[in-house]
Amino acid sequence: MNAAIHVENLTRRFQNLVAVDSISFDIEPGEIFGLLGPNGAGKTTTISMLSTMLKPTSGSATVNGMDIIHDEDGVRKSIGIVFQDQSLDEELTGWENMDFHGRLYRIPAETRRKRIDVLLALVELSDRKDDLVKTFSGGMRRRLEIARGLLHEPKVLFLDEPTLGLDPQTRNHLWQYIATLNREKGITIILTTHYMEEADRLCNRVAIIDHGKIIALDSPQNLKEGIGGDVVTLRSENARAIALTLDDPWISRLEEHDGTVTLSLKNAEEHISGIITRLAAKGIPVESVSIHKPTLEDVFLCFTGKTIREEEADHRDMVRMFQRKARR
Amino acid sequence: MDIIYTIWLRSIKRYIRSKSRIIGSISMPLFFLIFLGFGLNSVVQIPGMGQDYIQFLIPGVVSMSVLFTSVFSGIQIIWDKQFGFLKETLVAPVSRLEIMLGQTLGGATTAFIQGVIIMLLALIIGLQITNPVGFLIAFGFMALIGISFTAFGIAIASRMEDMHGFQLIMNFVVFPIFGLSGALFPISSLPSWIAPITLFDPLTYGVEGIRYGLTGVSQINPVVSFIVLGAFAVFMTISGAYLFRKIRF
Repeated sequence: MNAAIHVENLTRRFQNLVAVDSISFDIEPGEIFGLLGPNGAGKTTTISMLSTMLKPTSGSATVNGMDIIHDEDGVRKSIGIVFQDQSLDEELTGWENMDFHGRLYRIPAETRRKRIDVLLALVELSDRKDDLVKTFSGGMRRRLEIARGLLHEPKVLFLDEPTLGLDPQTRNHLWQYIATLNREKGITIILTTHYMEEADRLCNRVAIIDHGKIIALDSPQNLKEGIGGDVVTLRSENARAIALTLDDPWISRLEEHDGTVTLSLKNAEEHISGIITRLAAKGIPVESVSIHKPTLEDVFLCFTGKTIREEEADHRDMVRMFQRKARR
Repeated sequence: MDIIYTIWLRSIKRYIRSKSRIIGSISMPLFFLIFLGFGLNSVVQIPGMGQDYIQFLIPGVVSMSVLFTSVFSGIQIIWDKQFGFLKETLVAPVSRLEIMLGQTLGGATTAFIQGVIIMLLALIIGLQITNPVGFLIAFGFMALIGISFTAFGIAIASRMEDMHGFQLIMNFVVFPIFGLSGALFPISSLPSWIAPITLFDPLTYGVEGIRYGLTGVSQINPVVSFIVLGAFAVFMTISGAYLFRKIRF
């Protein structure tokens, strides 16, 4: 078994809620693997279990061949992790945060010093290394955390929502770092995100996760091709009628939800005028039409029947409901 | 050992950098010393001790300073929890016992330094040195108070979600511990039904020990004080380590 990460029927329950529901997958060494899904889908719970921070309710997993339940320390030594929430000491300098980490992982002083300098240069923080972290911007903190996660030269790096809350420019920058790290150091990277674009751009393979289950797992390319051609979105006050009218065999998929109809079809450019003409003949109003190449957003919609934003709204409602219950 | 040192080093660095905290936690004991000391010096006679009140008060205020600083240092891990830094230490391949011991020693050291600062200020105000060995005895007791109550703070912090409960702990636990310890008045002068309670207060033995060191007089035999306080330090460290092991984040 050479997989960097091997997961088998991993499950975690919190009271009545099944946060992660019997998921299984393998991650190859050197891969960038993405866990993509809305907030509350179970991504962070999965990462927490794989990094030994949380015990699974049932199921098993190995990281670098070591069991997450029986060999916690072995797993911990071989992984680096960047948490979703910041985990730096703001009262220490950037360098001191690195040094603290290096000492915790028992890296000898000489090696530690050298590596810290190299890594700080890599994330372009050398000139700020003696400033207190509380003076750092969000992007700088994130970069420092990534550098810190690499200090003990882990074979696997976990990134939990690495670009959450960062501006587009910093995000782009970080993506480049992550890709470079993977390419040059050969580190296996597992990242969670709810940004479709991030998963699409970075990951070799993506597992789409929703309600604690993996609903699709493949390369972004295959996932997008899998939904059958281009995506056409029609907006109309009578979306239902459109859905009923368009029953042609060359339409590989049709979804209707709140005032829009989404179609998947090959060579959409050639069919679009025909579609519009037919709808006009039937007197069905069409407010707008758009054609685009499929994105992971469309893949998510295809598998769940919902956009990721709708799904997040649902989760929020659920959480609110739980809170209301708890208050009573 | 190197892990304990690492955690300890961080506590010390943070302590040295927080000037406002140092000054803040010196001011209260200092005010006690000045206002109560000078204010009551001419009025209060300590029965059976042929000395003025301020000499009696100094050891009490030194223990107060160590007590408050150490409890506060221990409880501070709640902030580490809230600011996420605790995760960084917990996910490292180190045992929780090492983390807890490092935190305890770090907190105890800062509390000890605070106590020494108050002692030095007391020298200016009028502390008379009876014999130099006494200082070492006082230092020993200060260290034990520091360890006990940092561990106590960690034990409480392991069970607390956020800092909201801090005031409650201060008012209903730490202040009574201080009040009952005989820091401000001799325990023998309390009504007979309350006096035994003070003997259940571990700080009593700390105050008595420091008082023996600095003034050469105490109501409890210093050896007894040392044994009781030492046992309490061990007990608190074990309890703190036990609760910290089960900390949730």
